[in-house]
Amino acid sequence: MEPTSTPSPESPAESSASDKAAKAADKEFRTMSGKPIRASYGPDDVTGDFDEKIGEPGQYPFTRGPYESMYRGRNWTMRQFAGFGTVDETNERFHYLLEHGQTGLSTAFDMPTLMGYDSDHARSLGEVGREGVAVDTIDDMEVLFKGIPLDQVSTSMTINAPAAILLAFYVLVGERQGVSPEKLAGTIQTDILKEYIAQKEWCFPVEPAMRLVTDMVEYCTDHMPRWHPISISGYHIREAGSTAAQELAFTLKDGFTYVERAMERGIDVDDFAPRLSFFFNAHIDFFEEIAKYRAARRIWARELKETYGAKKPESMRLRFHTQTAGVSLTAQQPLNNIVRTAIEALAGVLGGTQSLHTNSFDEALALPTEEAVRVALRTQQIISHETGVTNTADPLGGSYFVEALTDELEAEAYDYFRRIDEFGGMVEAVRQNFPQREIGEAAFTFQRELDDGERTIVGVNKYHNEEEEVPLLHIDPALEQVQVERLKKTRSERDSAEVESTLAELKRAAEGDGNLMYPIIECARARVTEGEMIEAMQEVFGTYTEIPVF
Amino acid sequence: MNAVAEPGVEHKIRVVVAKPGLDGHDRGAKIIARALRDSGMEVIYTGLHQTPEQIAETVIQEDADAIGVSILSGAHMTLIPKIVELLEAQGVDDVLITVGGTIPTKDIEALKEMGVSGVFTPGSPTDDIVEFIRNGVTKDRQI
Repeated sequence: MEPTSTPSPESPAESSASDKAAKAADKEFRTMSGKPIRASYGPDDVTGDFDEKIGEPGQYPFTRGPYESMYRGRNWTMRQFAGFGTVDETNERFHYLLEHGQTGLSTAFDMPTLMGYDSDHARSLGEVGREGVAVDTIDDMEVLFKGIPLDQVSTSMTINAPAAILLAFYVLVGERQGVSPEKLAGTIQTDILKEYIAQKEWCFPVEPAMRLVTDMVEYCTDHMPRWHPISISGYHIREAGSTAAQELAFTLKDGFTYVERAMERGIDVDDFAPRLSFFFNAHIDFFEEIAKYRAARRIWARELKETYGAKKPESMRLRFHTQTAGVSLTAQQPLNNIVRTAIEALAGVLGGTQSLHTNSFDEALALPTEEAVRVALRTQQIISHETGVTNTADPLGGSYFVEALTDELEAEAYDYFRRIDEFGGMVEAVRQNFPQREIGEAAFTFQRELDDGERTIVGVNKYHNEEEEVPLLHIDPALEQVQVERLKKTRSERDSAEVESTLAELKRAAEGDGNLMYPIIECARARVTEGEMIEAMQEVFGTYTEIPVF
Repeated sequence: MNAVAEPGVEHKIRVVVAKPGLDGHDRGAKIIARALRDSGMEVIYTGLHQTPEQIAETVIQEDADAIGVSILSGAHMTLIPKIVELLEAQGVDDVLITVGGTIPTKDIEALKEMGVSGVFTPGSPTDDIVEFIRNGVTKDRQI
């Protein structure tokens, strides 16, 4: 099996080569996810009613894209994810980016912030500011966005378990700037289900975590019409080793679960569904990825309309961010990663993405250097401005092969939906490790095929050469102490009676069933730290311990 | 590949697969854990988010022959020395220590100097890792 490859074209004169090609035609060709692929596809492979399944770009079921004019009307957003050190360093970087014409910011937080630990917590040692920026309190958040008018930029924040707290910080920075919540625009990831499934950054058991997500959706529906409260993410599921179909199925099922929870809360589906967005991986199997995005749009549109009763087209229209596959990058011959990323990015574009992050070639080794980040951004600019692929919407629509593959991925996703429903839904399936086990199985199979030489990764198990060193980014470990001092200062300056009373109120609310966003905002205002709020809620909700399966 | 134990080795090799740090990159750890188990070893996987103290304690309590530490967060030069020190402080000197993950070349030598036997970077075939642990543990036993 040689995934994604086709016999190379040979000259008719070379009869031995053509014998070989005939033999090659007998062997199995599969996508990277293991889907068998035939030698060619034809009109019979495009089945069903055209309008119902394919239709026009910008129209239900949106298979061909969420907008009629696609990139003719508006290019995708080139949104490179950034953050490191303390809020001072990252604020400086934000200003640099804005001065160079960027209108959207994308914030990467460090591991302690993502896990709900303060920078001075014992578990944070050695990790503060390493993989993103450290934020402990409203004071940090204010510095992070210092000099940036929040009514004029859109901000993306990649954080999940403590998302409600970071959103509260952001709302208060807006308040201090005189910008009301309804004027704030941006996205916060919040997708907690995929944390239990794949990325593994959690603070609470599944049920209370789902409540917090729904509280945020409700708060945003009532007060923040320009905000995307959840970015439903398949990226991390794929990075953990899933197939394309598993990424598609688990992500959409997570999305349906959030929709159901919000509807159970009594929120009209058309009041929040238009503000849901998605985040997919762009892996190296070109056509399979394109088919995955097209299938995702079609399934989402159909289910929102038919199962959840959405009336507005905006509720049915799936929009997504794409990131190229970090896991496809190799530590060996790192410059080859530029080519991989370019091909993956092109799949994202031909699949109709709304925004794109291209990985840097040195990321299998460390956080990227400036040069590597620049090449990654240039890759997007070359695709956008030089290749001509943006000239028309969904240029691959109607391709026999792409349409057939779209149908197959869709069918496989529905099969997974059925299996998840047999558990009683996604929350229960996650509790019983179903998606985790499926992903682990796929990851193991992939590795075994790689070890056996059934799959080729250039530079890893074939085509070796002498390795050349590339320069790597080094992060100053002294920044950790700077952040710990900053936190100490906030703790010493604040009104401790107010800290205690707001925290007590948060705990009371957690014990009851009121919306937690309001007491969280009051805690944040009293300069309660992220870690203190998480601990208060953990006293009520408990923590989460995974029972790992392998 | 090497599923039959060496003659003279009676009990199964016991390996702790450990995941220190706050990140959730457990794909590699789980693949290695499974490959080691499939090759006939007894595998204890610690799960995520372990402190060096928890890891050292698991190694001692499980009476492990070898440990495989998986780390992709860049914090290896903080966390690995800590695990090695804790094991030494408890008088544990017969456990084969291996590390897997995104470890820059310049750090590999430093890790080996402090007592790590093998460092496996991305792209290492799982069979090589299984064999390395089997040979390393067997060699120690025969001494």
